[in-house]
Amino acid sequence: MLTDKEEVWEEKKWRVQECYQCQKCSAGCPLALEMDLKPHQIIHLLALGQKERPLACRTIWICASCYTCSTRCPNDIDIAGVMDWLRQTAMKAGIKPAMAEVPLFHETFLSCLRSQGRVHELSLMAKYKLKTGRWFEDLKLGWHLWVKGKLKFWPGRVKNKKEIKELFLKIKN
Amino acid sequence: MRISYYPGCSLQGTAIEYDQSIKAVAKKLGIELVELPDWNCCGASSAHALDFTLAKNLAARNLALAQEQKLDLLVPCAACYSRLRAAKEEEGAPPPTKDDFQILNILELFNREEIIKKIASLIKNPLQGLKVVPYYGCLLVRPPRFTGAKNFENPKEMDNLLKLIGAEVVPWSYKTDCCGGSLILTQKDMVFRLVKKIFAQALAAGAEAMAVACPLCHSNLDTRQKEIAQGVDAAYEIPIFYISELIGLALGDNDSRRWWKKHFISPVKILEKRAVI
Repeated sequence: MLTDKEEVWEEKKWRVQECYQCQKCSAGCPLALEMDLKPHQIIHLLALGQKERPLACRTIWICASCYTCSTRCPNDIDIAGVMDWLRQTAMKAGIKPAMAEVPLFHETFLSCLRSQGRVHELSLMAKYKLKTGRWFEDLKLGWHLWVKGKLKFWPGRVKNKKEIKELFLKIKN
Repeated sequence: MRISYYPGCSLQGTAIEYDQSIKAVAKKLGIELVELPDWNCCGASSAHALDFTLAKNLAARNLALAQEQKLDLLVPCAACYSRLRAAKEEEGAPPPTKDDFQILNILELFNREEIIKKIASLIKNPLQGLKVVPYYGCLLVRPPRFTGAKNFENPKEMDNLLKLIGAEVVPWSYKTDCCGGSLILTQKDMVFRLVKKIFAQALAAGAEAMAVACPLCHSNLDTRQKEIAQGVDAAYEIPIFYISELIGLALGDNDSRRWWKKHFISPVKILEKRAVI
């Protein structure tokens, strides 16, 4: 868990205290209808020092990072950035994600990236479907993509793979 | 004109026709695309969802490679564009020097004055008033602190290009409404709900086709169109074009069919109806 000092700094950076609950973010969010906590509610909870509900909600995994909220906020609060920060904080703290398949996808994506420096879509799809047990989903679609030559067979790779691996080693966790 | 070219992972796979059409158009316009040597994946949404530092470093490696080339950098994929711009614009970055290159999305490049003039002079096959809605999606315009977009609620760059090549640009209200992006792989139903709204608005406005400049938007609107239509009364038949495909067509590329063969929704009927082909 972050120490008190780090937590205060992180929250100061996001300026959640400057929100006056105009709800423009939630009004413009394309996925607000699907969310348990609306964006403005998450900001308000954080301003009140309550991190538990935001870290455990479905919202942070439904957010599509479309940046409509951050673009429209009259106080320039980067709500989309807060969503990223909550996702990262939840994963680092080992909090069970409310929608596990979403971080699982991201982790699969990054593991493909780490191994070749570029993401081979076919490998990514195969790995993700296997991990989620959704073996037969989208098979027909995959077949059509293959027949149309839209799935590259051989993975592209970065020659300097060592540089890529080093980027992954540098990260906080 | 020489420009560095960062294709990104999807232009080598599911968005291959975007790559092919860009290269064909560039050739006609006398733009030499120099693929960035040994570029790496930008991290798309997965990197910044899980680690800011990793996301920045992945982009920074590409920016360093681009800096060596001393050429502006064309980034056709909206997500890659967003990530590379983010790394450049992030607070704490050193102020730009005169040696700094520009990171351009496809609309920014094609809207350059000299390119517009070149396209106008080379049109062989104008689009005969084909009714096209320009669909920008999210990352080409938002957030403005990354993209520098002047009008992020009602952008006009794609509109300009479509008008230039003889299409009828249909005004509509969903220009920059999110398609759901990569949620298609994890939350398909949610994406379907978003895309249905986009189609409904496009059809209500009288669109015959849609133009996009993002591989994921194209995928969500094209490859999933039939699947989405299964849950709705009317069958959609809205061809989704990459803007470069339409420009290539207008410039008289004699093999543009090879691009649409990769689409799931064929544009042949509507193009023949409008006597574009």
